[in-house]
Amino acid sequence: MPRQLPKPTPETLHYWEGCRAGELRLQRCRDCAKAYFPPRPFCPGCGSRAVEVFAASGQASLHSYVINYRPRPDMGSEPYAIAVVELAEGPRMMTNIVGCPQTPEALQLDMPLQVVFRKESEAITLPLFEPVRA
Amino acid sequence: MKRNSVAIVGAAESTRMGKVPDMSVLGLHADAALNALADAGLKPSDIDGYATVGSATELAGYIGIKPRWSDNTSVGGCSFMLHVRHAQAAIEAGACSTVLITHGESGRSGVGVAPWTPSGLQAQFETPYGVVGAFSNFTIPALRYMKARGMTEEDLAQVVVVQREWAAMNPRAMHREPITVDEVLNSELIAWPFTKPMCCVRSDAGGALILVSAERARDFPNKPVYVMGTGESSLNPMISTMEDFTSFEGFRNASREAFAQAGIRHADVDHLMVYDAFAHLPFYGLEDLGFVKPGEAKDFIRERRTAPGGELPMNTNGGGLSYQHSGMYGMFALQESVRQVRGVAPAQVPGVKVSVCQGVGGMFAAAGTVILTNQA
Repeated sequence: MPRQLPKPTPETLHYWEGCRAGELRLQRCRDCAKAYFPPRPFCPGCGSRAVEVFAASGQASLHSYVINYRPRPDMGSEPYAIAVVELAEGPRMMTNIVGCPQTPEALQLDMPLQVVFRKESEAITLPLFEPVRA
Repeated sequence: MKRNSVAIVGAAESTRMGKVPDMSVLGLHADAALNALADAGLKPSDIDGYATVGSATELAGYIGIKPRWSDNTSVGGCSFMLHVRHAQAAIEAGACSTVLITHGESGRSGVGVAPWTPSGLQAQFETPYGVVGAFSNFTIPALRYMKARGMTEEDLAQVVVVQREWAAMNPRAMHREPITVDEVLNSELIAWPFTKPMCCVRSDAGGALILVSAERARDFPNKPVYVMGTGESSLNPMISTMEDFTSFEGFRNASREAFAQAGIRHADVDHLMVYDAFAHLPFYGLEDLGFVKPGEAKDFIRERRTAPGGELPMNTNGGGLSYQHSGMYGMFALQESVRQVRGVAPAQVPGVKVSVCQGVGGMFAAAGTVILTNQA
């Protein structure tokens, strides 16, 4: 079963194009310097339309999560973590943590993470995160 | 808006709740509406204001009312708290005089439910990661909250244990059998750290309320339940954009306004409902409404201060965890607050004068507070 994938809109296309190019693109306000996510053509902090797209470092930390024991059919049959990570630039985003067991022991809050990209279709590549190896 | 300017004169749930596969969404709305009309001694034609989450025209036409004021505020499970507040404003302004609020949801059987189509922000930025229902994303902030508060899974389980004691006294509760902390922790994992009893039941159910001005309320069969104070707050659409995982701004905003309008302090509150779709919500409710300081909720619950006999009886119908939960539970929290203030609840708390009813909408997306009293 193919994974349920997003449909980009004109306001979010740059983000999904970035993922396809292996780049996590955030936006930043030129007036108040706030970095934000998800994408929109204005600053959610001050309302300014003077915003720019920039490539984030891809570094993040594990902010919170659950391990879902009732997998959605397109996600396979094993439990998986649905996580919210805090990006080094400030904003948070939902994602999956890959490259480690999906257990409370392996998934410690505040552990450092790094973005990896997984191609799901011609249009969509998803940004996922894996633990930073010591 | 003014304290006690309107009152609830009719309140009822659907005739049957739980598993009702022979009734549609529309049917549950109408059944609850007719019960509330009977409770108030009114006919459909007496209603000139109507609020609901669904389509006002479809439902009003079905029930047989022609409202001159309607409200379709739809912010999830606390929509009904907002409907009460908006009804108060409309009655005060003279836009209508007799408001019906209805709810019906075939949350278990799915009869007559409109298909959900993924679109917008959530579909792009949350759904791709395997979100499959409220249990898989409304619960995400809990681990962060627990780490910040030094809390364990036992603390989460304690909420279920205490609320089950209340549910045992409610004949209409879906789960009434006593449960221990160990039993909660050893139950089926749904979304770690949440086990099945830490997640709300799923049921088919409806409910309805009728509001009029305080002046007219004296002429109805039931003792008026006055709307003492209300507040609301609509915030972020997604759990991943919730500003602080350890405190919900919506609870803080809505309750602050409601308490100010009511002119009460926390010590004046006899009874509390905190919308509990999942076991972490009562902790946020107790702290964000200011009943305890941040970090104190876990001890407050463990010390049985919200349990039968405690100083702040909370979720006395058993809550969404044990009573009923159709998807948008706020209507049933309100029904229990009305029953407690009327003095007719199955698990009646002696001498309730003031009840605070706190709703949450979406995944920490919106909040609505309604404070009710029997004191004119």
